[in-house]
This record gives sequence, C-alpha cells and structure tokens, in this order.
Amino acid sequence: MLRYLLEKEFKQFFRNRFLPRVVIIFPFVALAIFPLVANMEIKNIRLLIVDHDKSISSRRLVDKINSSGYFVMNEEPFASSPIFEKMEKGNTDEILEIPAGFERSLMRESKADLMIYANAVNGMKAALSSAYLSQIIADYNQELRQDFEMITPSHSPPAFEIIPLYLYNPTMKSVFNMIPALLVMMMAMICGFLPALNIVAEKEKGTMEQMNVTPVNKLTFILSKLIPFWIVGFVVLSICIFVAWLFYDFFPIGTLGTLYLFVAVFVFAMSGFGLVVSNYAGSMQQAMFIMFFFVVIFVFLSGLYTPFVNMPKWAQLLGHISPLKYIIEVIRFIYLKGSSVGEMLPQLFALMGLGIFFNGWAVISYKKTNQ
Amino acid sequence: MMSKTPFSAFVRKEFYHIFRDRWTTLILLIMPMMMLLLLGFAITTEVKNAQILVLDPSRDEATRMIINTLEASEYFEIKGEVTSIEEVETLFRKGDIGMVLVFSEHFSDKMLHTGKAQVQLITDGSDPNYALTVTQYATAIIGGVVQEFSAAQGSIPCQIHSDVRFMYNPTLKGGYNTVPGVLGMVLMLICAMMTSISIAREKEFGTMEILLVSPVKPIVIILSKTVPYILISLINLTTILLLSVFVLKVPVTGNLLLFFLLALLFIFVSLSLGLLVSAVAKSQMVAMLISGMLMMLPVILLSGIIFPVESMPLFFQWLANIIPANWFIRAVKKVMIQGLGFGAISFELMILSGMALLLVLLSLKAFKKRLD
Repeated sequence: MLRYLLEKEFKQFFRNRFLPRVVIIFPFVALAIFPLVANMEIKNIRLLIVDHDKSISSRRLVDKINSSGYFVMNEEPFASSPIFEKMEKGNTDEILEIPAGFERSLMRESKADLMIYANAVNGMKAALSSAYLSQIIADYNQELRQDFEMITPSHSPPAFEIIPLYLYNPTMKSVFNMIPALLVMMMAMICGFLPALNIVAEKEKGTMEQMNVTPVNKLTFILSKLIPFWIVGFVVLSICIFVAWLFYDFFPIGTLGTLYLFVAVFVFAMSGFGLVVSNYAGSMQQAMFIMFFFVVIFVFLSGLYTPFVNMPKWAQLLGHISPLKYIIEVIRFIYLKGSSVGEMLPQLFALMGLGIFFNGWAVISYKKTNQ
Repeated sequence: MMSKTPFSAFVRKEFYHIFRDRWTTLILLIMPMMMLLLLGFAITTEVKNAQILVLDPSRDEATRMIINTLEASEYFEIKGEVTSIEEVETLFRKGDIGMVLVFSEHFSDKMLHTGKAQVQLITDGSDPNYALTVTQYATAIIGGVVQEFSAAQGSIPCQIHSDVRFMYNPTLKGGYNTVPGVLGMVLMLICAMMTSISIAREKEFGTMEILLVSPVKPIVIILSKTVPYILISLINLTTILLLSVFVLKVPVTGNLLLFFLLALLFIFVSLSLGLLVSAVAKSQMVAMLISGMLMMLPVILLSGIIFPVESMPLFFQWLANIIPANWFIRAVKKVMIQGLGFGAISFELMILSGMALLLVLLSLKAFKKRLD
C-alpha cells in the first residue's frame, strides 16, 4: 500500500514544474549568496577623523588607521561645524577626535588623550568597531614607546604579550559559522514543514476526507507524506555539503556518517513538530502563520545568530525545547572539531527525546480530531 | 457621494473574517511581542559569565592577580584548572567552556625583567564573533592589571589614553537596534502581507467577482480591506512601544507625534505594496510566496537588524536602499533613539512619500488592466 502512495507522491512532485527545480537550484543559490549577506563581520566602518593637532604624530596615527582596512576614512580638514552633525545624519559610525596639542603633550608630559565617539544605536557594532580602533591606537602607542626608548633608554616597564588563539577557525571566517546554520534551516524547512503543509493542502482541497475513507491506515498515510520529503531533504543536504566544499573548501572534519545520523534524528523531531501543526491548522494560511511563528522562536532561541551562553537564563531554558539548538551545535562540532557520536551523546538524546515528544503529541492530537 | 453604510458594512465583514480565524488573530497580536522580546533579549553581544579554565604553571603574584580580577568581573567565571595543554583540546570538543587562559612559566619574573612573559587566550573560533568578544573583554581586563603593576613600578613613557564614548546608548543595549527593526518588520508583515493575502483569497474563492458586480465602487471594497489591518498595526505599534519602554527599557527620546506620523506614512507605503502584490497574485499561495520571498526575507536579511549591511558586497547595499522598511527603520532610529526632530528625517520622509506615490500609481495601473 505504502508503495502506491509513495508512487503517487513522487508523481505529484515531479509533475509540479516548480518544486524539482527549487530542490536543485535552491541549495546552490542559498549557499552562494547567503554567506555573503548573512555575515556578522563588521567591516567598512565609516570613521570621521577630526584632527585638531595636524602634527607628525597625529598624521602617523591616521595613516596607521587607514592602512588597517577596517575603516572607510572621512577626514574633516577644518573642524568648524559641530562634529556630531554627521553622526546625527547617519553618515558616520565613529568619530576620532585628536585634540590640539596632542603631540606636544605626548612629548612633554609623556601622555596624551584621544576621544572616540561611537554611534551605539547598534550596540554590537559600536563595541566591536571601537575595540578595533582602540587596538590600533594601542599598537601605535607601542611603536611610539619603542621609538622613545631607542632615544632615551630607561628601565623597561613591566610587559607581557597577550596571544589570542582561535581554535578550529584560526582565520575567523564567519562563513564557517553560517554554513552549518544554513544547512539546518534548509533541513527544517524541507523535511519538517513542507510535508505538514502538504497534508494541510489535502485538508483544504477535501482530498483528506477521501483518504480517510480508504483502508489506508494513518501511519501509512503519514509515512507516504514524510518519506518523499525526507529523501528530497537528504538530496538537498548532500548538494549543500558538496557546494560548501566546492565554493568555500569547507568539509566536515568528522565523519559524514555522524553528520547524516544526527540530521536524520533531527528531521524526525522536526517532522513530528510539523505534524502537530498540521493537526491543528485548518487552512494553508493558518499553517503558514503557525509555522512562521514557531520557526522564529526556534531560530532565535537556538543560538544560530548569537551564542547560546550569552542569552538570558529564561531564554536558555526555553531554548532547550528548540531542536535547532542541538543540531546547530552538533553540525558545528562535526564540521569544525570532528567530534564523534560519543562526545555528543547529550545532544543525541535530547533530539531523540524531542522527536518522541512531538511525534507522540502528533499521534494523540490526530486521534482527537477524528472523534 | 457614497453613503457611509456600505463602507462600514464591508469593514465589519473584514473584521469577522479576521477574528473568526482564532489562530491567525492570536498570532497577529502575539507574534510582534514575541519577536520583540526574543530579539531584544536573546540577541545580545554582552558577555556574561563566560566559563574560564586556567593553566598556570607559575602560580605567582601576577598570575593570581590576573585570575582574581577576571573572577571578580561579571563577564567571567573561573571554572577550574587544567594541568596540561592536551586536556584543552578534549574540553573544547565537548563545548561548554568559553576560554582557556594559559600562562607561560615564571610569569611575574619575566614580566618584570625581560618583558617576555606570555599569556595565551584560547577560544573556540567556530563562533567567530563570540570568540572575538570574549578575547577583547579579557584583553582589556588583563591590560588593566598590568597598568596597576606599572603604576607601582613608576611611570611609563608615552601613554596615549583613548576615551571611548558610546553615543545614544551608553550601556550598549541590544534593544536600541532591534526595536526599530522589529517595528519595520511587523508593520510590513501585517499591512503588506495580510492585505495582499486577504484580497488574493477573495479572488481565489471567486467572491471578488461577486463583490465587484455589486453597486459598491471597487475602491471602497479595497479601502475597506485595508482598515482592519491599519487598526491591527496601530495596536501592535502601541504594544511594541509599551513593551520596549517598560520591559526592554528603550526610551522614546524624540517627539511621539512625529513618530506616529512616520509610522502612518510607512503603514501607507506597506498597504500600497500589499495592494500591488494582490493585483499581481492570483492565489493565496502566490501572494504568500511573493510577500514572503520578496518582502519579508529581504527585510530580515538586509535591514541591519542582525547582519550589518555595511559589510555586505556593494550590490546588496544598493539593494537594501530600495527596501521601504529600511528607510523607515533608519528614520525611527533617529526619532526614537537619537531624539532628533523633523529636519533630520526629512530626507527619509521624502523617499517614503515618493515610494508611496509610485506604488499607488503602479497598483492602480495593475488593477485597471485586470478589469479591462
């Protein structure tokens, strides 16, 4: 029985002009374009430099900032107008003010002040960009000090080196952070939600009633809806892995078997959730809205965009019901750290638990609607 | 002149349609709040209680001081010690730790005399932004400790002190950026998406034809469709404002009247966009896809709520400029957060008005074509 139903689903799938193309083209486009856009790096910070001093020292500092590459420079030759005007207009993100007498006070009193104003409406951007700038200034300061000590050797002050080391991703490519997230999003949409929408569509068209009066039992019917999308999902996943390797030279350090195993468990949980929604929704519009609502919650609580540990406690607690949280961790682990199944048992059990919970709920609520 | 009754009857009909669908109503009213709270609270770059492990072979005054200062700050929590560098790898593979601090041997001694002391900050680069922020916080704190040491040793030559001031948002709260973004997203979603879907549904069910042959003018029918969504958007606007002021503690520093004027203009733009989509789309599914793919997704990705637009390739920055929501979000930031007046947002208002005019003309044209 299942075989005929599957045949029907596949025929419907391939008869649709739109869907098969989406399945092939979408992963390519998504992986090619998304990492370009969905990038948390802060670049091209618009920096306005107001140099009241115009000395050799201040020029050297400006040149050093210029060559760092983080900033798009904009210099105010005569700081006549109020310096915040540009920031208010939104034309500049950060202002560095070098006060008059900067060099002189550096030479005479051996210390000088600088002012940095950052537009902090976007707090994260302000924090990172001012940290970049402070770092450059500190480097410059170090250079100056070395020059100074060459001329007048003195007792060297206590010093040590701080060496940052970024494991697994030493060049700090944010693509490595985004691709696992993209994989997860795609799997959630294709294997979790499309089958549910498909079932709701049958309800709306009235063909669901017809299915209900046939001898097909519920499990067979649901499997006939899920299996095609599972297959499609794994095809898409394979294409994504291939594209990530082709375009970004990004391939899991761990085994592919581990990756597929975890994704399979995740898909089981996600389609269970989709089924729950399909039981409650009466129309496509409703189903879309309910899904959209929960996807937003799941995604934001999963640590996809921001580190999970940074979230407030209540959000972390809520985040534990998001299957996306576990799978994103797992995929990042497999891709970047090559973790094995044994090291990720908590995530495996959590995903299994969620899968059983959602699918169990789906079965129970399904019976109810038929009473 | 059309009497008032058919219009109000139509409006009532639309309200029935909306409220009869419990789920959609609930989601329309609750989703904006959820989004605001999640984005406002969950998306934060603040480092809190990052777990630190220490590998300290020297155990002297300086290292102890550094460790204690880190522990005392609210950003870090010393979780324990490791004894070998090999252990670090296995710990990171399991996750959970934010940073490992590795001191070189004879730290104090080297620091004071040769200047060759080293401390390594090992973080997990699989999340680059987090790794970077944690490293920067730690560097700043450790730098402070060495300053104290230096002060005890006498003055250091050539000190440049840079004073950083965070304008408009001194405590770097995430909400200042997300509230305007969520406003743009929600108003767009409700006005454009819902209007287009509800008109497309009438078309799909064939009831649009019936309405059009009634003696009521088509423009009245269309207008009556927009009224409920304008009302719902205004309710959402108010709840978002209340939540942001009282829960997220993001104040409205500018003129409230100007703010509502701006919001009304944007609602008008979104509605005309929705009308344009509904004129093109023949079914609910198509309307949903068009508004989802061409309106929601670009707004989420290109509005700077999550991803900074300036870091994107030029093409996307250019693309971001034709999205109405972005101009609205930009203006809201100026009025709400920066507390600027009418003059500062006149350019944004002009662009939005231009867009509204263009969209209304286009959708009128599209509707006419359909009736021919």
